[in-house]
Amino acid sequence: MAGNDGEAGMTLVVKTVTRLTVGLIFLYGVYIVLNGHLSPGGGFAGGVIIALSFMNLFLAFGGKRAFEIIKKDAVTALESVGAVLFLGIALLGFADGGFFNNFLPQGRLFSLISGGAIPLSNIAICIKVGAGLFGVFLALVSFRGSEREGK
Amino acid sequence: MMAGEYIPLLVAVPLAGAFFCALAARKSGAFADTLGTLTVALVLALSIYAVTSPASTHAVGGWQAPLGILLVMDGLASFMLLVVSLVAFLVMIYSLSYMNAYSGRWQFHTLFLLMLAGMNGVVITGDLFNLFVFLEVASLASYALVAFGTGKHELEAAFKYAVMGSLGSLLLLLGIAFLYGYTGTLNMAHMAEQLGVMGVAPITVTALVLLLGGFALKAAIVPFHSWLPDAHPSAPAPISAMLSGVLIKSLGVYTIARLVFNVYGASPGVLNLLMVLGAVSMGVGVILALRQWDMKRLLAYHSVSQVGYMILGFGLGSPLGILGGLFHLFNHSIFKSLLFLNSGALEQATGTRNLKEMGGLSGRMPTTSWTTLSASMSISGVPPFSGFWSKLIIVMACVEQGEWFYGAWAILVSILTLASFLKVTKFAFLGRLKKGFENVREVPWPMRFGMAVLALLCILGGLMLVPEVKEMVLAPAVRVLDHGILTLGEVVRL
Amino acid sequence: MMNAWLPYVLCILLFSVGVYAVLGKKNLIRIILGIVIAEYAVNLFLILLCWKKGGEAPILQPGAVEQVMVDPLPQALVLTSIVIGLATTAFLVAIAMRLHERYGTYDITRIRELRG
Repeated sequence: MAGNDGEAGMTLVVKTVTRLTVGLIFLYGVYIVLNGHLSPGGGFAGGVIIALSFMNLFLAFGGKRAFEIIKKDAVTALESVGAVLFLGIALLGFADGGFFNNFLPQGRLFSLISGGAIPLSNIAICIKVGAGLFGVFLALVSFRGSEREGK
Repeated sequence: MMAGEYIPLLVAVPLAGAFFCALAARKSGAFADTLGTLTVALVLALSIYAVTSPASTHAVGGWQAPLGILLVMDGLASFMLLVVSLVAFLVMIYSLSYMNAYSGRWQFHTLFLLMLAGMNGVVITGDLFNLFVFLEVASLASYALVAFGTGKHELEAAFKYAVMGSLGSLLLLLGIAFLYGYTGTLNMAHMAEQLGVMGVAPITVTALVLLLGGFALKAAIVPFHSWLPDAHPSAPAPISAMLSGVLIKSLGVYTIARLVFNVYGASPGVLNLLMVLGAVSMGVGVILALRQWDMKRLLAYHSVSQVGYMILGFGLGSPLGILGGLFHLFNHSIFKSLLFLNSGALEQATGTRNLKEMGGLSGRMPTTSWTTLSASMSISGVPPFSGFWSKLIIVMACVEQGEWFYGAWAILVSILTLASFLKVTKFAFLGRLKKGFENVREVPWPMRFGMAVLALLCILGGLMLVPEVKEMVLAPAVRVLDHGILTLGEVVRL
Repeated sequence: MMNAWLPYVLCILLFSVGVYAVLGKKNLIRIILGIVIAEYAVNLFLILLCWKKGGEAPILQPGAVEQVMVDPLPQALVLTSIVIGLATTAFLVAIAMRLHERYGTYDITRIRELRG
């Protein structure tokens, strides 16, 4: 990591390329999530890609800068929000008579807004998985720092 | 079919408990304690209901067997659930005061409940891949719990345990892949039918070897036992009790029995292999235990040895042998968890696990002393304690089958076990009180309560053989294994 | 005939490489890598299982005609097993980092304090 603990980030080349590509990676993740009910992918894969885009930022610009923007507690909270959302969608299924039952109109096959509650579940899973994976990454990256504070 | 509506709750309740512990109980340790205890109590109530109600199934999400996951509650599953949740409940009460020494209440309860959910899931599922998933949930939670103290030894033991455990899981996954490729189904009942029709082939033997290897690693049977004496002593005492008491049984012994009897149908070759593995485990475990001075390590080696008894019982293949194996499984969960709880009480009171440093504690810690004594007598097979009856049944089954050597071996190992536990009693409780222990006090009441109930179960365990009780708890489980590959099909077609 | 077996044989070879790394290497990180390699070999094996001659990806397209599709179930299984693998790997890495903090080394021969 460029020899300086990765705190200050990598070289200018890496930073510039990251600045250009990271938005595309993020958008690609969103695309995968929203088309999850039509084509391969879905909340899990999309969530991983979105988390990867954040990790890219983190690695390129260094921990110090990134921790000013992203708070660990916020990521943990977001993960819980994803889980609660998913549970909420499952419970809303009781409106149709059962756990996880579909409660929305099914729509036309192969159009973007179709599949009833499936796209909503995909979004919830995306939040949960993305935040969870990024949380694991943050926990591993910030391990030494938190240990120093703790003792 | 409708009767099985409650089955998913056995996994869902502890899972939800773990979720809310992580979500809402971070600030308050007392709240986490309450939530954890209530959840485990609810699981215990559910499993008592499962034992008293007839066999049933539940198709998850309404998808029937070949497509969806089928949860099967038969005699064996309800028996295992009773063992797991009974021990979990008493250990939970014990840990209420023991875990005061550690920080991170909510992490403990979250991981504990996750492990419980995983074990319950392994027991009730009727789908091989689903079994793998729950097994991994329970294993991952247990890896983290072994590392809970985050000291040097805890971390090292957890790493070793996690590496060995992951290897075992990979063997399992490979075995499951072979079986799926051959039979085209993951449902255990359908798989048993297919295997019966298609007969033995090299690929099924390969799969059996891989699966047996994986499960034997989880059960710590002898060639694969090396992680256990490191991992179990390193965890906090309530977790050691859970790991040695029920985890190795629900992930290892139960799964081996299910696979060998209900999926493959017990063939003489496999049964002979089980008998040899069991006998070797018994011998190696007890011999390694004899030279230990660290109390928890000694207990961990005895777990290896006692698991051997269960495997030997199953290996006999006769109804009496299976009864002995299952009854010993029940008894071992009770007395081994009790012994680990005792070692935790001793460690908390005296600050050491080394038997040489203890001495004369019976006057200072009366409850710990008599509970340890009853558990020691039980594990050594002294009448009238529970361990005597199960070992007696196993020896009788050996004689019945004409396996004189294994019967004699079981008695010899039992005598060595007795010698080992006389050492524990002599050095820890009898003799003169050592200097510095004058102010040692008995442990608080939640710990005493948990130990006392388990000790009573040790003393009264023989009552499990009274015909009425036996017909309710043990006999259905024996029938499940004895009927072989037909069992699962019978339940599925209810 | 030999060609049809080759992927499976390579898969088992890859698995053996992973197991060798776990059992033979002295560095904690290499052991973790060994587990990851063995895990991927098993996942690859599962994916190979569902292959059919001339099989298409099991995706429903607008206006598609019926055709031979590969078995989608093992792919779902692999997804599950990847998630489990991720959790195991993250856990192992965390433990390895903590061990490094305590001992200042990743060398397993210098960490080993627990003995038989």
